[in-house]
Amino acid sequence: MIKDIRITEEPKKTMSMNPKRFLLWMFMVSIVMIFASLTSAYIVRQAEGNWLTFELPQLLWYSTVILLLSSLTAQLAYRAAKQDNLATLKTTLGLTVILGVSFLITQLYSWGVLIDNHVYFVGNPSGSFLYVLMGVHGFHLLSGLVYLLIVLTQSFTYKVHSKNLLHLSLSVSYWHFLDVLWIYLFVFLLLNH
Amino acid sequence: METADLHIAEEHANEAHEHHEQGFVAKYIFSQDHKIIAKQFLITGILWAVIGGLLSVFFRLQLGFPDMSMEWLRPLLGGWITPTGQLDTEFYLAMVTMHGTIMVFFVLTAGLSGTFSNFLIPLQIGARDMASGFMNMLSYWFFFLSSVIMFISFFISTGPASGGWVIYPPLSALPQAMSGSGLGMTLWLVSMALFIVSTLLGGINYITTVINLRTDGMSFDKLPLTIWAFFLTAIIGLLSFPVLLSAALLLILDRSFGTSFYLSEIYIGGEALPNLGGSPILFQHLFWFLGHPEVYIVLLPSLGITSEIISTNSRKPIFGYKAMIGSMIGIGFLSFIVWAHHMFVTGMNPFLGSIFMLLTLIIAIPSAIKVFNYITTLWKGNIVFTPAMLFSIGLVSFFISGGLTGIFLGNSALDIQLHDTYFVVAHFHLVMGSAAFFGMLAGVYHWFPKMFGRMMDAKLGYVHFWFTFIGIYLIFFPMHYIGIAGFPRRYYSFTNFDAFSTFTDLNAFISIAAVLTFVAQFIFLFNFFYSIFRGRKAPANPWNSNTLEWTTPINPGHGNWPGEIPKVYRWPYDYSKPVNEEYAGKMSEEELANMPDFIPQTVPYSETPETNLPHENDLINLEVKDDEGAIVIDTKKEE
Repeated sequence: MIKDIRITEEPKKTMSMNPKRFLLWMFMVSIVMIFASLTSAYIVRQAEGNWLTFELPQLLWYSTVILLLSSLTAQLAYRAAKQDNLATLKTTLGLTVILGVSFLITQLYSWGVLIDNHVYFVGNPSGSFLYVLMGVHGFHLLSGLVYLLIVLTQSFTYKVHSKNLLHLSLSVSYWHFLDVLWIYLFVFLLLNH
Repeated sequence: METADLHIAEEHANEAHEHHEQGFVAKYIFSQDHKIIAKQFLITGILWAVIGGLLSVFFRLQLGFPDMSMEWLRPLLGGWITPTGQLDTEFYLAMVTMHGTIMVFFVLTAGLSGTFSNFLIPLQIGARDMASGFMNMLSYWFFFLSSVIMFISFFISTGPASGGWVIYPPLSALPQAMSGSGLGMTLWLVSMALFIVSTLLGGINYITTVINLRTDGMSFDKLPLTIWAFFLTAIIGLLSFPVLLSAALLLILDRSFGTSFYLSEIYIGGEALPNLGGSPILFQHLFWFLGHPEVYIVLLPSLGITSEIISTNSRKPIFGYKAMIGSMIGIGFLSFIVWAHHMFVTGMNPFLGSIFMLLTLIIAIPSAIKVFNYITTLWKGNIVFTPAMLFSIGLVSFFISGGLTGIFLGNSALDIQLHDTYFVVAHFHLVMGSAAFFGMLAGVYHWFPKMFGRMMDAKLGYVHFWFTFIGIYLIFFPMHYIGIAGFPRRYYSFTNFDAFSTFTDLNAFISIAAVLTFVAQFIFLFNFFYSIFRGRKAPANPWNSNTLEWTTPINPGHGNWPGEIPKVYRWPYDYSKPVNEEYAGKMSEEELANMPDFIPQTVPYSETPETNLPHENDLINLEVKDDEGAIVIDTKKEE
């Protein structure tokens, strides 16, 4: 029998979530700050005048649609993995990567269109800012693409399924985030170019 | 039954922690253990502090004794000493720039946050390690790489960056402007970009760890103020360092790729540059959006450390625990909306200037609350004057005397006279530089036993304190007068201006004080390195402190606690808790005198009926006997 009972109050559990997911969120916050500062720099500089105005390339609409589609397929991939539908997972995730690459290629082509319209990286800051915003976003998209590729190779060795969703769900969240970030930049540029 | 199972599972996990032996490289170099990483940050920070301090001695000699021959420095500085034995003028600017960069970023950001956030967060919240040990390791090695690049920039023929630590373009953007804006500036930018990556990796980790890995019972209202300070510092860093990265990115593009974000209509040597349409003020906005929060990134950890040390060594609960947290949150929030007070004289709209002035002066309120709370914690305390305690009190002193001049400088009208003078230099060296430095030193003296299992020598600590404390006032107090008289900062010499000749003696006096203060730091260095190997063995809880780190073994291993992680039942400031009315009458004089004057966070209220307050007794009353006679908490009663 128990001889010496110590009466102690059991402390409350502390709130917590998956640290890796939280780390990703914090990483997103720092990316948000980079773009918040760049777009506010854009506005401050624009207000000072001597600002070249030009038409945004039509191609950006196409790239936006492509990126939105890729977000959709990424979400489908997540749902497929959740239901252990591994064949669909592989196709939709592969499709997301392909759409991501086509987005980047479309962005590059729109740079070509800009150059044809005599809007250069070196010149009036209004053009330089456009290249920087698209370039920095593209760089982050590339990192998201690498993450997706890692998860894709994992899915081919059947390491991604309903019991092992962490990296898939993180990479899909990151992808959605980059998508929303681009929508923000695109709307910002439409309103302020 | 379920809880018992959980404990067993956890103990197994611990065994896994202990049983794997690591090689030297994995244990001490590419370590993922937060305690080793903290020591790596500390040692690197100390090395940088010596370099940064040495630079200040060199340029103080130039300022105090402009006619002095610097020939004896030739073995060290080589070509930077002119053939006539004077300090090279360009190198003077480089030294001022590097002194600022090194002290603000490498010592007081990486050396301070890197050391104490890494060391104390897991130990004080009851976690085995950081959320991601790997990211933590990357954080140090990015800092190391950044340090190496910055150090290399001292040895290139055009010299290190020289445009001031604020690197305003166009001066910093054009190699034609000064030799330091060539390769030296490029290395500065590369180094700082790596530094920002390091800070972000570290900061993201600190925030995640504090939020997600606290032990049972460690709610936010039981967190030590050190952790609150590190947590808020990391949040401020997360929001402000990316902005510096943007500013640096645009500057890199301007310098190396020909864009015109910051450059416009510039003639050099009669020749027009092609850049059109840029705005140098834009850089200042971006820079100070980081730059001002950076001041608090430097200061807040020190304030947190001080709260902990002052409460422990006054043997009293911290006065106004919630007010302390509230004012730190207030300072953190305000730090983001006052940046333009660094730009009052850039041609800013005076109306906008007065808004920023108002916001700036509001910071005096949370700062004053903190000072008030420190003093009231000391008031009638049973003070133990350890070296750490002296340095903490010294911090409060600097925080007051430097903070008062902040009220002058925050005033947009007075700033017309005072901006860019030695008054500014005196102000921020006291309130940010010296105060943060004292917090760091206090932290080293206080947690040295936990870091290395040995004690530092207290007598040497006292000598170090008094030399440093008096020395700092002797350096920076006279500087206010020189500043009011109009001495501009960053000037190589003042001998060309008759108006300033009355201050020659004062300048020499400051320089002598600076040299003596610098020399006094070697007492600390000796004490530090000697004590690591030969210091007196430390007891488990040398300062009779309440926080969790003192419940670990004297030399905590990987995973920090050999068994279960302790649970937390109370806040960390139960020092000298009085016996309650119910027990006071029943206890003899001797029993009362023998009551411990501290109750660690791990002691449940049920074990301390003598000191519990009525509402704390209610917490115990939640417990009831279940059918088998075991004690459980009735969750229904909790509501």
